Amino acid sequence: MHIIESGNVAAATGVKLSRAQVIAAYPITPQTPLTEKLSEFVESGQLDAQYIPVESEHSAMAVCIAASTAGTRAFTATSANGLLYMNEQLHWAVGARLPIVMCIANRGIGAPWTVWNDHQDSMAQRDVGWIQLYANDHQQIIDSVIKAFRLAETVSIPVMVCYDGYLLSHTYMPFDQPKQSEVDSFLPVFTPKNFLDPENPGNFNTVTLPDIRPGVDGVMEPGYIEIRHNLHQDLRAALESYEEIDRDFEKLFGRGGTPFVEEYKCDDARFVAVAIGSLSYQLRDVIDLMREDGIAIGVLGVQMYRPFPDQAIVHALFGKECVIVLEKALSYGNQGPLYSDIKSALYRQEERPVIHNYILGLGGREIKTQQLLSALTQSCTEPNAIEDTPRWIGLKLQE
Amino acid sequence: MAKRNYCEMISRSKPGPGDGGNTGSWRVMRPIINHEKCIPVKTGKMACFSCWLFCPDCVVSKTIPPTIDLGFCKGCGICAEECPADAIEMVDEASQTAKEK
Amino acid sequence: MKNDIIEIRWHGRGGQGAITAAKIVANGAFASGYKGVVMAPTFGTERRGAPVFTSLKISREKIYDLSPITTPDMVVVLDHTLLEEVDVVAGLKENGLVILNAPPPASKYNFGGARVAVSDVTTHGVEAGLPPGIVNSGIIGAFAKACGLVDIDTLSRAIIEEFTGKKPELNARAAQIAYENTSVGDK
Repeated sequence: MHIIESGNVAAATGVKLSRAQVIAAYPITPQTPLTEKLSEFVESGQLDAQYIPVESEHSAMAVCIAASTAGTRAFTATSANGLLYMNEQLHWAVGARLPIVMCIANRGIGAPWTVWNDHQDSMAQRDVGWIQLYANDHQQIIDSVIKAFRLAETVSIPVMVCYDGYLLSHTYMPFDQPKQSEVDSFLPVFTPKNFLDPENPGNFNTVTLPDIRPGVDGVMEPGYIEIRHNLHQDLRAALESYEEIDRDFEKLFGRGGTPFVEEYKCDDARFVAVAIGSLSYQLRDVIDLMREDGIAIGVLGVQMYRPFPDQAIVHALFGKECVIVLEKALSYGNQGPLYSDIKSALYRQEERPVIHNYILGLGGREIKTQQLLSALTQSCTEPNAIEDTPRWIGLKLQE
Repeated sequence: MAKRNYCEMISRSKPGPGDGGNTGSWRVMRPIINHEKCIPVKTGKMACFSCWLFCPDCVVSKTIPPTIDLGFCKGCGICAEECPADAIEMVDEASQTAKEK
Repeated sequence: MKNDIIEIRWHGRGGQGAITAAKIVANGAFASGYKGVVMAPTFGTERRGAPVFTSLKISREKIYDLSPITTPDMVVVLDHTLLEEVDVVAGLKENGLVILNAPPPASKYNFGGARVAVSDVTTHGVEAGLPPGIVNSGIIGAFAKACGLVDIDTLSRAIIEEFTGKKPELNARAAQIAYENTSVGDK
């Protein structure tokens, strides 16, 4: 059934349909309406869950960790500085292998203070080990939330579903709400793997020595590095698991098929623009304009960022002359994070495209289609004339 | 040795009227000071000025009578709440503007 | 960039319900077969009374560009006191339409040659039995009459659904009265 609602409501509806059991969240612009909607769902009885208002984001994740460890399906949501406030807990949730799902309404980070959209908040967490999915529109938000719970519980790794603050969180557009019965058949009841159980007592996530050592029963317990190695291996294996999950979703709901990247006019393209989130959709209009002028260009939207789907990206960019990576984030002192990851993925290819990096939209700086058109046209006209350093779109420096 | 002027650009604005924009336009209720009740007006002394003290936007002048800068008064009503003489009334802005026309 | 996107900008004050009005029209448009509907409120800190605007884009096809409207085809103004503070017709296309909550006649209002439609929505709301100050349902009636993009019956249904539990019938009535009392000026 189609409804016209905001991205935040799409996310909340996804959480409701996924039958989350414990929600602990702290409001922060632009996520706030999501938490408000969830509390409405719980209050009205539409969602049978415990809603726990906490005093900070650090506590929100702590409560989710506790709830998940107790064997319940836990959810939270945040943005920017809120995400950073819970940072140590993010690492905890991952190391403890808890299948928590979190929505991020992407927003820039202070200082200077901003409430507007960019991707620095989730990008700055790319090394933590959380799985990162990015939605390009409201339909993808609700679908990704449902898929996220199934993925998290399959691989025992927490998942964050990210979508543009304001641009997606606060805009209204039509999307289909799946039926509860169909979601139930896609997402079974949560069966926790490592949880607090008086019948089966255990010590969880205690001090773990540098070296392996025998437990009280004589069995060798892993050391810190083994546990972390295992996490990494499981993250890499999650790529295949997610592909399967996405296929199952597509069979049931008729949507999906782009678990890692979403391509538009890339097949016969010589040039490919790469972006994340609503920007990848805004670029479609630019692609159409350039195609009218005879430039063979396409756009690739990255849907899963961690684990990094290097094979899917290399495959999509195979044989292209020039790749233009447009990002709303920067690894300060170096280059755009997505740019670096793509370069790295292409490093071993015998034939590599020229790659360009553009930084734009930080702190919500408006991105005009005309600006995108200029930048892409320049890149396509002189692909080899552009240095291996980020260029900026939309700066208004007052000299 | 490389010499460079490192840009020390941070977000820093000077405090002053108008840094938050035309905030007077936000007003839905307007404070009106009744000079018959206002303590400094009645006594002719530089006394009280609770309105000046409590105004979060510094739009009340410490004068006799106190005046309110309607260009920036947001109509929060704190002055009316704090006035010990009940000399300030919050009136509907739209009807005030209509009256003035 | 695509020529077939209709762009409507709604001007109001925080708390007047411009977003709800735009959302109702969005629902009406979608129900009428416009697959592409994107509504974007002012992004930023919010407070009651502050001028806000909402962008509504309508198209037969899905809309991919979420950037704000710069050249609207239509402008809807929920509160005529905004006219002194905000340039509501900034970027209005030539032959654009202004729909204004104000007492007729339309000829009283000059927007540099743009077509003007007025309706005293504030009064019609009270006539419909609503408490004074409710303008966001009535303005939809004025919108329907002025541009005919979505018919009043579809919009009435959308109003009733949106205002469930909040005097839906009275709000639909306000829209109907405004619809019948909208005067459209000549170009």
